[in-house]
Amino acid sequence: MNEKLVVVGNGMAGTACVEQILKYSPRFEITVFGDETHVNYNRILLSAVLAGEKSADEIVLNSLDWYRENNIRLRLGVRIASVDSVAKTVTSEDGNVTPYDKLLLATGSSPLIPPIEGVQKQGVYVFRNLDDTRALLDRARKGARAIVIGGGLLGLEAARGLQIQGCDVTVVHLMDTLMERQLDSIGGGYLKAKMECLGVKVLLGRNTAAILGDTKAEGVRFKDGSEISADLVVIAAGIRPNVELARAAGLEVNRGVVVNDYMETSHPDIFAVGECVEHKGVCYGLVAPLLEQGKVLAATLTGNKGPLYQGSVPAAKLKIMGVDVFSAGDFRENIPGNDVVRFEDPALATYKKLILRDNSLVGVILVGETSDSHRYLDWLRSRTDLREQRRQLLFPHAVADSGLDVAQLTDNHVICGCHGVSKGSIVRTIRDRGLTTLSQLKECTRASTGCGSCTDLCQSLLKAVAPQFQEEEKKVLCKCVPFTEPQLRELVRSQRLRSVQEVLDIYSNGTGCEVCKPALSYMMDMAWCGGHDEDRSARFINDRVHANIQRDGTFSVVPRIRGGVTSPQELRRIADVAEKYSVRMVKITGSQRIDLLGVQKSDLPKIWADLGMPSGQAYTKGVRMVKTCVGTDFCRFGVQDAIATGIELERRFENLFTPHKLKMGVVGCPRNCAEATVKDIGLVGQEGSWQVVVGGAAGKKVRKADVLVTVESAEEALQATALFFQYYRENANYLERTYDFVERLGIEHVRRETIYAPLAQQQGLRERLRKSKGLSRDAWLEGDAPRHSSQFVQIEPMENVQ
Amino acid sequence: MTVVENRWFRVTPCANIPIREGRVVKIAQWQIAIFNLGESFLAVENGCPHRGGPLADGIVSGTAVVCPLHAWKFDLLTGSAVNHPDSNACLKTFPTRVEQGIICVELPATTESQETASPVCEHRDLPLRWVQRKPLASPPAEIYEL
Repeated sequence: MNEKLVVVGNGMAGTACVEQILKYSPRFEITVFGDETHVNYNRILLSAVLAGEKSADEIVLNSLDWYRENNIRLRLGVRIASVDSVAKTVTSEDGNVTPYDKLLLATGSSPLIPPIEGVQKQGVYVFRNLDDTRALLDRARKGARAIVIGGGLLGLEAARGLQIQGCDVTVVHLMDTLMERQLDSIGGGYLKAKMECLGVKVLLGRNTAAILGDTKAEGVRFKDGSEISADLVVIAAGIRPNVELARAAGLEVNRGVVVNDYMETSHPDIFAVGECVEHKGVCYGLVAPLLEQGKVLAATLTGNKGPLYQGSVPAAKLKIMGVDVFSAGDFRENIPGNDVVRFEDPALATYKKLILRDNSLVGVILVGETSDSHRYLDWLRSRTDLREQRRQLLFPHAVADSGLDVAQLTDNHVICGCHGVSKGSIVRTIRDRGLTTLSQLKECTRASTGCGSCTDLCQSLLKAVAPQFQEEEKKVLCKCVPFTEPQLRELVRSQRLRSVQEVLDIYSNGTGCEVCKPALSYMMDMAWCGGHDEDRSARFINDRVHANIQRDGTFSVVPRIRGGVTSPQELRRIADVAEKYSVRMVKITGSQRIDLLGVQKSDLPKIWADLGMPSGQAYTKGVRMVKTCVGTDFCRFGVQDAIATGIELERRFENLFTPHKLKMGVVGCPRNCAEATVKDIGLVGQEGSWQVVVGGAAGKKVRKADVLVTVESAEEALQATALFFQYYRENANYLERTYDFVERLGIEHVRRETIYAPLAQQQGLRERLRKSKGLSRDAWLEGDAPRHSSQFVQIEPMENVQ
Repeated sequence: MTVVENRWFRVTPCANIPIREGRVVKIAQWQIAIFNLGESFLAVENGCPHRGGPLADGIVSGTAVVCPLHAWKFDLLTGSAVNHPDSNACLKTFPTRVEQGIICVELPATTESQETASPVCEHRDLPLRWVQRKPLASPPAEIYEL
């Protein structure tokens, strides 16, 4: 029987260790408990999420699929309350008991809250996980005054993120130097100047005594009695290993859970990894050491005991764009035998300091210019003898181009410090698997998925090695809104932006253009299911007057004729309207509808009223129509009721907007008379079943639709269609037709996310569709109740010439 | 239907043009598109020099408008075609001001050629019509009067 491995903690260290364990042996039955409700994400990039540079989706490291594919039982939002090391079980807070053979503690750490009066007040935040980040994003508003307590890596990144969100930020630091654990006072001085240059205020040597305000934070008071006011306070004063569980289980615990070089704790079946661990008196809070530990532990835990963990060289890089700071090793100068090599240029705001001992590098600080950090870290880790290079320590010989630079690196050179991936293994993987893009490289080697600082190097390697290297273009919406659409969708939701103008004011130049405005209008509609503040000025003329503008500035009118089935009365009314308003052309469209062409804008409301039919939405990026054949009603070959099913399909989705126009077809037999297999969504009736097909096209491009699913009844077919319909609405980029969307994701992926998605996910799709549909209405009702007095009316000037 | 000398015309109350939208009015022989930009109103001739598209129906982008037919973009202050700089296409612009909540537009005196030439595109396949006009060095002061 398989051994049971229980992992407490679903963070980077624990999951990276599990990845390594899977490499050694698949024999474990693995259960992972995480107290956060998210899958494993890259915690280092939270500051990028706060700064709006990345969306929450983009920092995911292991998707649900990964857990599923590796048969890992994942329990999220569950905290483990106790460990019984005798009975070998863990008990969660909800009382469930889970037995284990081996237990892996990867409980991480928590924010250190200094003894400050009033930290429980509203408006006081920590910045540790995705929920904290979301909460901060919710609160951060233009003009809000924010105080960040703590001038370390995390504090500074949080400060910059809040500032980008429009806050007026002050960093308050207890010590006299920013990032004093990574920088000396000179380096800290340069850093302070840079932060101030960006507009972040910095107060040093301030000991915060209390948070002011009754129940809500209104500012802080320092020990010296001075006060500053604020709307929100973020505490980023360091971290504290989470060791309560280990201590209660009887393990040896100092500051962290004590482990030896094999990463074993004091108990034979319990192991620990990550920020909760103490190795040789050191607790690490940076990612690279944790991943090194994970590798060693994976060997130990799977019975391949041998590799030793011998401590890590601490290295840190500040991830603030435009503020380059790197520090590694021990930078104390006043130790006998240490040589200090220093360079400083105040005009360039550049500072470099190397500490050498016995001709090898032991510490480095770089401020303002960090492009050489990789070389220094390599020297540090490998204890390279630098006698030969003594003259070029700070200024290496210039190399012709970056390609050459990569070529000069040895195969053993570690490119990705976080995941310990060497140049040799990257080059081999690129060659063996024929990789061409950075994302493929990330997936195969994990390189550059940690802190991301080696992304450029990986890119250069790809360029040098892969013959068909493809630069990945990140398609931003347009020049004025430089974000990708998934990013924007995330921003709209997380920041609760409820109008196009709000997005433009905060994330653009306030004006927008003909590309982003309609796209943002659609995003608003999707995010809030129609319950938002619709800005007509951001929409194309067709959507302002619910008719299709023609080349001469007149409009066309297409009433809804569901399933293409009409009546003599309806046809008579249409004929009367055409005559009464001198419609220039009456035409049967390719979609089994009737088009009245050449109508003046001011006639539109009257025509709609006379027609007494709903809008066919022929003018918008929305649900167009359902084309049908006569099916079992009349056709001697028909095996399914195409007419009734088609009309019902049209009724369920009509009046809704979609990323691009959406055309549908229903046929009562596989002869396909209504061309369902080249529609965005098609239902193909067969003997005893319905095929649901999606992503078909017969326009500029011809594409046969992919089969989504085959089901027995028409109702089931409509249900499956609804899932796809809503999934497309929520996830396609604006102006992306279903055929591009399905092709981009692959039909397998689409199936996984719709008809084979977990029940809760399906219900979510249905629920949001239901909500949208509930708020939608026939656009032509606006003819009786216009949005604006001059929406359809021609303005008559108050004065004119006679 | 001629304007004898340059003169201001009272057009319509400000409230009749929604913010960031345009509306067309016919005065004398002109079809004029008036846009509400929030802090000011700007007026240009309505017909796009490219294919006669109704600019009043376009999406406003800052102080520019984008023609709904083929996305030619015009600066409403100068009349120049922003995304077709080589075309020399230029819209006629009209000074505007607001008096007691009423938008006013100044029209030039009608010249003979204007009287004869139809300034508005009423038909399909109208031949290309370029209106040459030197862009203003600075926008007229009236535009900012409010």
